[in-house]
Amino acid sequence: MRPAAATVKNPAPILLPPTGAGSVLRRIYALVLRYTYLLRGSGVRLVELIYWPFLQMLTWGFLQKYLAGTTSPLAQAAGVLIGSVLLWDILFRSKIGFSTTFIEEMRSRNLGNLLTSPLRPYELVAALALWSIMRLGVSMVPVAIAAYFFFGFNLLDLGLPLMAFFALLVMTSWALGLVSAGVILRYGLGAEELAWSLAFLLLPLCCVYYPVSVLPGWLQVIALALPPTHVFEGMRAILLHGTFDTADLWWALALNIGYFTAGYALFSWFLHGAREKGTLIQLGE
Amino acid sequence: MDKRVSEASGRLLADVPVVARELTKSYGTVTAVDHISFRLEPGTTVALLGGNGAGKTTTIAMLLGLVTPTSGEVRVFGADMSRDRGLVAHRMNFQSPYVDLPMRLTVRQNLNVYARLYGVANTAERVAFVAEDLQLTPFLDRPTGKLSAGQKTRVGLAKALLNAPELLLLDEPTASLDPDTADWIRRKLKEYAETRDATILLASHNMAEVERLADRVILMEEGRIIEDASPGALIETYGKETLEDVFLDVVRKERRGTSDLAEKLP
Repeated sequence: MRPAAATVKNPAPILLPPTGAGSVLRRIYALVLRYTYLLRGSGVRLVELIYWPFLQMLTWGFLQKYLAGTTSPLAQAAGVLIGSVLLWDILFRSKIGFSTTFIEEMRSRNLGNLLTSPLRPYELVAALALWSIMRLGVSMVPVAIAAYFFFGFNLLDLGLPLMAFFALLVMTSWALGLVSAGVILRYGLGAEELAWSLAFLLLPLCCVYYPVSVLPGWLQVIALALPPTHVFEGMRAILLHGTFDTADLWWALALNIGYFTAGYALFSWFLHGAREKGTLIQLGE
Repeated sequence: MDKRVSEASGRLLADVPVVARELTKSYGTVTAVDHISFRLEPGTTVALLGGNGAGKTTTIAMLLGLVTPTSGEVRVFGADMSRDRGLVAHRMNFQSPYVDLPMRLTVRQNLNVYARLYGVANTAERVAFVAEDLQLTPFLDRPTGKLSAGQKTRVGLAKALLNAPELLLLDEPTASLDPDTADWIRRKLKEYAETRDATILLASHNMAEVERLADRVILMEEGRIIEDASPGALIETYGKETLEDVFLDVVRKERRGTSDLAEKLP
């Protein structure tokens, strides 16, 4: 049926300046708003955010409880395994948050709209990064509280270093997220599996559940070149010996800056390639 | 060149919605767009016509900065779209069946997000107006994915009009609409172009639509511009009754490889 004529008075748009810090923040906010709408509208997504980390925490928490009854002094150290799993989940969930949100844009064939709007690519990246932290809050805070009630493990016992651990892990997750997003942009949704599997590559290498000394010498070199290794080593040092080497964390920060810069460069390169190859007008197909 | 002359021509260029010079896009050995040059004057509606694979969508994608030209340049309001897209993106907008708005978001949520992305300060007012104008008010709180194809097209158009763009790029704007609604949309577009003095570039296969809306037709074939004139002039030059007859005549002759088109040109 033919729609009737409009009756609302035509208000001309009041357009804000397209450049400057205010405009950058406004566009980042617009995208975060879009992701908030998406999460708010799906109870299943909300439950899923908490479901897997909660199961992980339970599994490793009970294992810790069982090992505590053995004679190994390492196994008896309170909370090492739960601490490991919670910190690993910060890295993993943040990475997944970044990548899947980007994939969502491609699946919904919305990327063409975004990239023709005044949004700059670095604003898209900033929005994805910010959203990954917000998702992490939704996902990890309830699980960390549950860990306290189920197993008496208080993540806050890690003290101030916890903030540094959190920041370093999230920064690594962004670097990984940028690589995944870039590859998906270049090779399409067929490469989606990479978004899920890339973080798992780090699982054995960054010594989540065991000390670096367990690895053969050559692999230790690779492990120590990964920022999360220093975080997990730091966490074990605090929980087992009550000590903490800040130099290690500075080193991890330097590595993270390098990885993040490389990740952003790779993403930009793939985006440039997508514009060259014309794949941005075929996304989602 | 005298500096003052150069500055003056720069200012003039900034007033021109689109200037494409020797624009070319090749994918390997395939040339999708082949050294085309054109200019869109303010307040005009120009139709980009051509069969499938003629290079219309690639041309629009280059104007939007979604595709990087292999050679040549595109300037939108004087800005080089390869480098300075951010300076002019808020003055343009587009709608295409090749992109969608997020289906899980409601119409209102989608329009809210895009109003903010385009820097519209009076978001609520504008969303209410474009929704009312395109008869979307009853669907504002419905998920976009639950709408019919025609309603989705109207939502896409609403998004494209949020910032009241000076340059509007449309790719098949009435493709999935029933004839009556399509006709209504055409009236809306004509009304918008006239009241806003906007420039519209329209890719379409619908000749009646083009005849009704366009002041000028750019006819493309195999990536090249083969005609650039008003619909009336083309009909007269080719001695046909409708633009569709002209289109069929030109495209079929091109396909047969005849080269007698030049003889028909004034």
